[in-house]
Amino acid sequence: MTETQVRTHYTTLAIGKAEGLMFGRTPKPVSCGYGLELGSGMVYPEINFTLPMMMIDESTWPSVVAQYDEMGEMIGRTATRLHLRGVMIEFELLPPMTERPEWGAEITQVLDRHLKTMYENHGVAGALRVTPTDIRDATRPPPLRSGIEWETLMASFDECAKAGAHVLSIESVGGKEVNDEAMMYGDVEGVIFALGVLAPRDMEHLWTNIVSTCKRYGVVPGGDSACGFANTAMQLASQGMLPGVFAAMIRGASAVRSLVAYECGAFGPSKDCAYEGPILKAITGAPIAMEGKSASCAHFSPVGNVAAAMCDLWSNESVQNIRLLSGPAPEAFLELLTYDCRLFNAALSSGSEQTYQRMLVDSDVHHSPQALVLSPESTICIASAIVREQTPYRQTVAAGLEALRVIRDAVRDKTLPLAAKEHHWLDKTESALTALPAEEEGMMDSMIERYGHLFAPSSYGL
Amino acid sequence: MKELQELADHLINGYADRVAAVTQDLLNKGATPQTILNDGLIAGMTVVGERMRTGEMYLPEVLQSASAMHVSLKILKPHLAKDGVESRGKIMMGTVKGDMHDIGKNLVGIMLEGAGFEVIDLGLNVQPQKFVEAIQTHQPAIIGLSAMLTTTMLNMKTAIEAIAHAGLRSKVKILIGGAPVSQKFADDIGADAYARDAVKAVDKVKELIAA
Repeated sequence: MTETQVRTHYTTLAIGKAEGLMFGRTPKPVSCGYGLELGSGMVYPEINFTLPMMMIDESTWPSVVAQYDEMGEMIGRTATRLHLRGVMIEFELLPPMTERPEWGAEITQVLDRHLKTMYENHGVAGALRVTPTDIRDATRPPPLRSGIEWETLMASFDECAKAGAHVLSIESVGGKEVNDEAMMYGDVEGVIFALGVLAPRDMEHLWTNIVSTCKRYGVVPGGDSACGFANTAMQLASQGMLPGVFAAMIRGASAVRSLVAYECGAFGPSKDCAYEGPILKAITGAPIAMEGKSASCAHFSPVGNVAAAMCDLWSNESVQNIRLLSGPAPEAFLELLTYDCRLFNAALSSGSEQTYQRMLVDSDVHHSPQALVLSPESTICIASAIVREQTPYRQTVAAGLEALRVIRDAVRDKTLPLAAKEHHWLDKTESALTALPAEEEGMMDSMIERYGHLFAPSSYGL
Repeated sequence: MKELQELADHLINGYADRVAAVTQDLLNKGATPQTILNDGLIAGMTVVGERMRTGEMYLPEVLQSASAMHVSLKILKPHLAKDGVESRGKIMMGTVKGDMHDIGKNLVGIMLEGAGFEVIDLGLNVQPQKFVEAIQTHQPAIIGLSAMLTTTMLNMKTAIEAIAHAGLRSKVKILIGGAPVSQKFADDIGADAYARDAVKAVDKVKELIAA
């Protein structure tokens, strides 16, 4: 931590009741960019795009920049055509753009210029979220706190902040090297070690530095995402490779490592792929970005509607700049998001938001344990379990257990059908969580013996 | 032989200790290591692969079976070497230059090992020249290339060109996989096959080895 900054420990919920968890509203709105107000009564689209199939090197760089310039221009045109009141653009850097910080900064400048023009000429509020790639896992075990990757990543944040980013985020990977292995083997103890012991340590170190950069340039520290952990589990479960209940447990447990960013000074909006966002919103009161049915251009999911129930930004995750029948894919998806947002905002302004939210929730939660744990009611249960505990390890175990309890209750009440083999994993995962030691010290030796070849203790201050 | 079926059953259930005990027992009773491998272990893993394909088994259960197979193979290895029995084939794999995604590749590697293949994993962000050097060193039958990004998938082509430039293209078959790639892309860049998931990858490897 910097000398003056004290890590916050959340002991109560900013939003204590499920009825208070609503899309477009949050107790701690965030202002960013060119007049964009998040969480103060409206939902805005967050459009994200990537390159079509092409190499990124010196020879193609002018074409790469031209692609982003074209996408920026197109977003301005679409926003005006659809009378958008505001939009967030996310620029998710590709690895070469992080490895060469000046490249990421150049595109940041291009997109910032388009947002500025949009605001000045057409009155459309806008902000630019910039998300460098976590390049620290290019080698294994990943050296997370030192070396060229760390220095380059920090330089990327710095250059992008300087170049005009309004919000900084990352999908960080600390602990993932262990989580990948543990998750594939269904090792609950290993997953908890990765999510509750390793990842929070990396998050503290990483986010202390990101927040410090943000303060230096007056940029909003957005938040992190457990994408590499819980979304990997969600995808493997959707492909029938992992039990859905196991993936849902990981979702709940993963919120704790993402919360650390806020404890270190981030204040939202959270990353779109952080489906743990509602839990973060309940605890911190910060606005969140979410993605669901309108992100099927990037990946499939069992949570298409329920993911929208508490969002403040609604995202498409990512789409290639390719031509569809209607026009460029990013334009098509911005239009889709815009219509989604008009519905949210019409519901809010007409006082129908509770009804609309109920539809979003109820249409999904009876189909999948992963959707169930994202409902406002489940969110409050899991968030409450987290703030009751003192350490990230205990919070992670408590969140995982609470997610399973929510599922078990729904199965008992016959509101969630579960296949027999899922029942087996529900019991098995719950038993494994219950049998874990009370404190992380109790698992350290066995985890180092089992997974010590995968991670460098010094990367975690161990 | 009843014990071979027993071995396959324990393997399917992922009981490593029992698999080890039955393997040793079979050797003591004079069963050839090749018979134990083919009629016990590979027969069991074939059932496991099929159950995963039909959704009857989850990945952790499959991997438990694969781990049990490793335990047995450790016991069998010196006997197989003495008898001159080779693995089903040597497969080398890596995520191409610029790409840090490796969970899919790792999954394929584990599944291939479970199916009796020898796997050499070059890791992620593998430079084309590293593939070339590793082919020269390890002489694999097949190389698996993985990519997850639209901006790294073309590095599969670069890797294949480097392999061809080194005069090694006719010595290895090339299999590709990853979210943005397809059979058409495999055809376009001169790969021999494409697999959309880990189960299919094992099938493709078997086909390529048999061809």
